[in-house]
Amino acid sequence: MATSRYDVAVIGAGPGGLAGAAAAVRAGASVALIDSASQPGGQYWRHPSGDYAAVADLHQGTAAYRSLVRRAAPAAWFLQHQVWTIEREKNSFVVRAMADGVEVEIAAAALVLAPGAFDRQVPFPGWDLPGVYTAGGAQALLKGHQVLAGRRIAVGGTGPFLLPVAAGLSARGAEVVGVFEANSPRRWVRQARSVLPVVGKLAEGAGYAATLLRHRVPYRVRHAVVAAHGTDSLAAVTVARLDAHWRVIAGSERVIDCDAIAVGWGFTPQLELPLALGCETRADVDGSLVVCVDDLQQSSVESVYVAGEACGVGGAQLAVLEGSIAGRAAAGDAARAISSRQRRRRRALRAFAAVMHEVHSLRDGWQSWLSDDTVVCRCEEVPAREIRAAVGELGALDARSAKRFTRAGMGWCQGRVCGHSTGRIAATAAGRSFDPLGLAGPSIASPVPLGLLARAQAAHHLTTER
Amino acid sequence: MTRPDVVVIGAGIVGAACAWFATRAGLRVTVVDRGAVAGGTTGAGEGNLLVSDKPPGPELQLAQLSARLWSELAQEIRGFEYEPKGGLVVAATPASLDGLVALAEAQRRAGVDVRAVASDELADYEPWLSRKLLGGAFYPQDAQVQPMLAAARLLRSARMAGAEVRLGVEVGALLRDGDRVTGVRTGTGDIAAAAVVNAAGVWGGEIAGMAGVKVPILPRRGFILVTEPLPPVVRHKVYAAEYVADVASSGAGLQTSPVVEGTPSGPVLIGSSRERVGFDRTLSVPVLRALAAQAIELFPVLAEVVMIRAYHGFRPYCPDHLPVIGADPRAPGLLHAGGHEGAGIGLAAATGLLVAQVLSGGATDMDLSPFRPERFG
Amino acid sequence: MMDIFIFDGRRIEFRPGQSVGAALVNVGMRSWRRTRLTGRPRGIFCGIGVCFDCLVEIDGTPNQRACLIPARAGMVVRRQEGDGHGHLTV
Repeated sequence: MATSRYDVAVIGAGPGGLAGAAAAVRAGASVALIDSASQPGGQYWRHPSGDYAAVADLHQGTAAYRSLVRRAAPAAWFLQHQVWTIEREKNSFVVRAMADGVEVEIAAAALVLAPGAFDRQVPFPGWDLPGVYTAGGAQALLKGHQVLAGRRIAVGGTGPFLLPVAAGLSARGAEVVGVFEANSPRRWVRQARSVLPVVGKLAEGAGYAATLLRHRVPYRVRHAVVAAHGTDSLAAVTVARLDAHWRVIAGSERVIDCDAIAVGWGFTPQLELPLALGCETRADVDGSLVVCVDDLQQSSVESVYVAGEACGVGGAQLAVLEGSIAGRAAAGDAARAISSRQRRRRRALRAFAAVMHEVHSLRDGWQSWLSDDTVVCRCEEVPAREIRAAVGELGALDARSAKRFTRAGMGWCQGRVCGHSTGRIAATAAGRSFDPLGLAGPSIASPVPLGLLARAQAAHHLTTER
Repeated sequence: MTRPDVVVIGAGIVGAACAWFATRAGLRVTVVDRGAVAGGTTGAGEGNLLVSDKPPGPELQLAQLSARLWSELAQEIRGFEYEPKGGLVVAATPASLDGLVALAEAQRRAGVDVRAVASDELADYEPWLSRKLLGGAFYPQDAQVQPMLAAARLLRSARMAGAEVRLGVEVGALLRDGDRVTGVRTGTGDIAAAAVVNAAGVWGGEIAGMAGVKVPILPRRGFILVTEPLPPVVRHKVYAAEYVADVASSGAGLQTSPVVEGTPSGPVLIGSSRERVGFDRTLSVPVLRALAAQAIELFPVLAEVVMIRAYHGFRPYCPDHLPVIGADPRAPGLLHAGGHEGAGIGLAAATGLLVAQVLSGGATDMDLSPFRPERFG
Repeated sequence: MMDIFIFDGRRIEFRPGQSVGAALVNVGMRSWRRTRLTGRPRGIFCGIGVCFDCLVEIDGTPNQRACLIPARAGMVVRRQEGDGHGHLTV
């Protein structure tokens, strides 16, 4: 059986991937668009399968979404295809995905990787209780499945993403007991010069703020959920006021009853595929590991283009812009891949993102919220004490060595959830600066059954072939 | 800081063992590593202490000495998951069974404890093993440790006895007086010492080069598949008889032979592959497929099990498959302890003891001439 | 009209397109797994397939991500203990 062959394979059908596919189609390329979900949109435009309208009021940029889907329609769509790795061959790439328990192989001359990101988490006592959700998790339940994570919900962490989460929960009838923003967004004002060119992004935030005001949701800055309480599921949280370093101000703690919380501390880009291909990476201003790209979004590996959060967390508008550039360049139209207007816009959005990361950065004081036995790695149930001991007693220096000594990050999720915080705890214990490069290593992008892996001949998906 | 007697370059398992035995011999030791403890090949290994995969000869002698030392270290130091669980070698074809029987007989004459296992007895050892196998051999002396913890505990114990361990410190040059090596130059200053031990693993050839001598240590890449956590499905180290031939071959091309074992933390580890591809760090799908298929042939139940991770390491490999241990006559003051290929964890204890004996100027427990650094000409 | 799957003998209604995990949360369930080392309860955390906290047994296959698997009528879903492979213990 022949492998399906395309000029361009786009991985990820969120904002960046849809834009990449649309641009590559427009440039005349044959395009495969691959995503593990059963509908396009990614996390940003998440919706129930086949029913965007049901949650359209919770979304921004619906017109852009519909237009991108229409323009990407001529591509061959491989939805519900979980890519587990990509191989580089002489003049092409082979994307290996799983669908319905069989392996599908899709070959392409060039790649656009738009894998997106997931919520960054920091541990706190009780954070593994059922009822504690990531902000994106509460949002996915709501937008993807029309399910409320709870009736009485606290929203906490840092970053502009907390606003749409709280606004959406309120709009669908949950009682949001508060939004607890650990940083002080007043600092935005000091950065007016970077913010003004993309003032539309502020209007977006203002819309959510109005919703919160309408539902009388308190918005507390320099506050955080520092502990979760309950026996078999969440019953209450401790909220406290923080100093500038995020240490709890003594006496400011209060306990709030709630049955769910949604917490997020920025985002972590999904880098498994770029790492498996050997793309060069760097540490971004928010401490995330991201892919190095050139003016046309090309990585250090020829013909591998990357767009969106994997190049630095910057939001959907930036992802769409980068996806358009990457898609066109990947289709071989390098000369017209980027206009000076796009270049200016990308610079403005990146500058805005840099300010966002600065204002909403993680301050190390969160580590003082942990008790010795607070679980840091949820999969392997590794407490903070063991990570600190790995540095003090065993000679670990960073996330990578702490992980191998303690098994933090060695479980099912492979450190996607705890990797960043393990690295931060180890760095603090070792008295060194945090470096996410220690987290980089080529592995697989998704678990694979050994039986499937062993079947040497990959099956092929004929129905979706062009 | 008082001047050390010995600087050990490398905080992997071999450097840790050298430091521990040298400290115990009364020497002042400083260990330097550009990274963390066990940050190189040690951290990528399975932690095997094997006699079963070695035909009679100097390497088997080294392994037998090491096996005794490891069981003593497990008593004395503790905390590194020493498991004397035994190894089971199995054969799927009459030819490989004949080869295994002959090897086992030769090993028995060399003092290895080995028991023949008939095909209908295999299930007593491993209930999930394929019923199609023709027979095997059980080696009760094979054991396993958690290699990173072993290195860390040895270094910690050495530190308590006065050794110094400096991490994140890279050796940029060796201090020299003519041909003689008199210490190391690091990013944070010079350290003068009467002797320098090169335990830099796959980078050992580079350290040797700093002294103007050639020691051909090359990387031989190996992949390991890691499964989801399971109950104790695989009890011993289990591998196919073909593995012994693969280990001993010198081909640059890819070889794979199944090696399967459980771990105390739950995941099953699946090896083994060897290929000489330099320091290529990309994932190789054909290798992963071959390892998965071979592991399922041994343990069909693994077909329904999920791989959650695949990673690689680089074995420090010498052309004749023997390690390099002892003083280098071409560069007085420099000793080598490396090139153990895939057996570094197992052979580390004996290597550390022998290096300490050389450093102390006493007699060695074993003849070191097969391991002499200048043998490659 | 809603479809139904079975969770530990209980009938769970769901809307087409909902995941198994979303349907369970919707009827007020918070956890359906206990961890293998300390027996802690777990349910949905990240909701997008990243964290593997919501693992559950579906139609006899353990370790399925409840947040990703679309609910289907007649599915048999069971609470998961530990590594989910208790049947391999000899």
